[in-house]
Amino acid sequence: MAKTWETPQMVQETGFRWSRVVVYGLLVFFGAIYLLPLLVMLLTSFKPLPEIYAGNMVALPRHWTVEPWVNAWTKACVGLNCNGIKGYFWNSIQMTVPAVVISTGMGLLNGYVLTKWRFRGANVLFGLILFGCFIPFQIVLIPMATFLGRMGIASSTTGLVFVHVVYGLCFTTLYARNYYMAFPDELVKAAMIDGARFFSIFRRVLLPNSGPIIIVAVIWQFTNIWNDFLFGASFSTGTSAPMTVALNNVVMTSTGEREYNVHMAAAMIAALPTLMVYVFGGRYFVRGLMAGSVKG
Amino acid sequence: MQTPVMTEQEARAPAGSVTQPAARVGWSSPRGWLQQQLPRLVLSPTVLITFVFVYGFILWTLYLSFTRSRGIPSHELVGWLNYQRVWNHPRWSVALHNLAVFGILYIALCLVLGLLIAILLDQRIRQEGALRAIYLYPMALSFIVTGTAWKWMLNPGLGLEKLFKDWGFANFKFDWIIDERMAIYTVVIAGVWQASGFVMAMFLAGLRGVDQDLIKAASIDGASLPRIYRRIIIPQLRPVFLSAVVILAHLAIKSYELVVALTGGGPGYATEMPSTFMYAHTFTRSQLGWGAASATMMLLTVAAIMVPYLYSEVRTVRSRRQ
Repeated sequence: MAKTWETPQMVQETGFRWSRVVVYGLLVFFGAIYLLPLLVMLLTSFKPLPEIYAGNMVALPRHWTVEPWVNAWTKACVGLNCNGIKGYFWNSIQMTVPAVVISTGMGLLNGYVLTKWRFRGANVLFGLILFGCFIPFQIVLIPMATFLGRMGIASSTTGLVFVHVVYGLCFTTLYARNYYMAFPDELVKAAMIDGARFFSIFRRVLLPNSGPIIIVAVIWQFTNIWNDFLFGASFSTGTSAPMTVALNNVVMTSTGEREYNVHMAAAMIAALPTLMVYVFGGRYFVRGLMAGSVKG
Repeated sequence: MQTPVMTEQEARAPAGSVTQPAARVGWSSPRGWLQQQLPRLVLSPTVLITFVFVYGFILWTLYLSFTRSRGIPSHELVGWLNYQRVWNHPRWSVALHNLAVFGILYIALCLVLGLLIAILLDQRIRQEGALRAIYLYPMALSFIVTGTAWKWMLNPGLGLEKLFKDWGFANFKFDWIIDERMAIYTVVIAGVWQASGFVMAMFLAGLRGVDQDLIKAASIDGASLPRIYRRIIIPQLRPVFLSAVVILAHLAIKSYELVVALTGGGPGYATEMPSTFMYAHTFTRSQLGWGAASATMMLLTVAAIMVPYLYSEVRTVRSRRQ
């Protein structure tokens, strides 16, 4: 967002310094509240268990330890399986990467067709595709479970990739369509006069200019698929489960003393990939959020 | 619509951008025919997927909701029986009540907090970007992570309650998460924490699109800043309010993960929601028919909110373009 707007202050120019203090004070206060859970998670994950039971949640660890992280990764119990969450982390990567690549690629092509090769009924089709973004997925759970079973890909990463592609397409199509809508038709027509056809126009004219929207779509899909729990819980079993399902199982598995530090370390590990994406691609993340909330 | 991305793009979109290049050039050979059909062919997998896995599956679930399906799908039709059973089920009434409490508070608090922070951030703040990033990062987290974190913080023995006791408030009590009457409000807290930054971002984008001339005129007339906000700026944000309410409402109806991770639907079934009801009866209680009926009611509620909204969105965009 370019900072070219004028805020009311610029026209108002009241000289009250203390009002600035109040504004900053409130902003920092809210910021602290938003940061608190993350801070507590981090602090707890570096504390030995006795310290957790003795001290309070915002106290700095007296003895910093990475053991909870190591335990979460290699030894935490997911149900009866006590090999840590590393396998589930890997499951999530295996599920997320292909699903993101396929759905983004298809979405870009869909957007290209819907804006540059429009045909009768294209808008209605787009509307029908768009509605798929907003259905409560509970409505497809039972048929999808049956379908995946019949296809022999129930409880497999392949099955989850398929599900995420199917229900991610509407978002990637929406992004690409809105983005290509602004792409000058003249360039497409010029390429056509030069003899370029459908795919070569896409490859040579649109694709080189699609950087921002590819990043938006990839970030959106990555975040959504990595964070998904409902499909993971419904269509996977045991060791084929994705990270979020494993995390929930780690927390729910109650044998003996609850290892809160290990729980928090596991939660941090589950959160890290999307947090990294957010830190490095925040601008695009916000754009995706906004475009997903408003249709064009 | 309201986002800078959108408006900027709509503004640049060429007027009457319907192009039918293939038809205009006119191929006659079979290869030419293929070339002409290529766009439709490329779109067809997505169209097929949408018709089968969205609309087909919706019809399938609708059908199941009228059958005597228990552990496995059955074809014996029973009319409205599943719906009657679900409606008369005490857990469903709890779920509806919770959805109402959660939905209203979640939407209202997100709007209030989001608007407040957006207005504060719109005062030419130094480090605005960093602050914005802090308010928005929860949106990048999985609901399961959010639920896990808040479950820990709301733990009466070790979390916030303990913290305030250590700080000298010996009688401080905050055990909502294990209190049947209060547990649903912990879901509200975690939900608002996660989504209010997003609402803030929507409002901030809206604030940046407010007509500056009106503000200037009003301030020349001597209107105070709060008055300018109340009378001029906030009324102009009406479309953002609408978008935010629609998005939040549909998130509230769909919310499932947060409840699972935070309270597991408990204590007892005190934080049951339609989504957890549906899941439990489908996958653990072998009542597919009930699951299908509750899912259908969830879909209808979402559709009642989303369809008019999407329709009006697409319409306004089209009319603006003409």
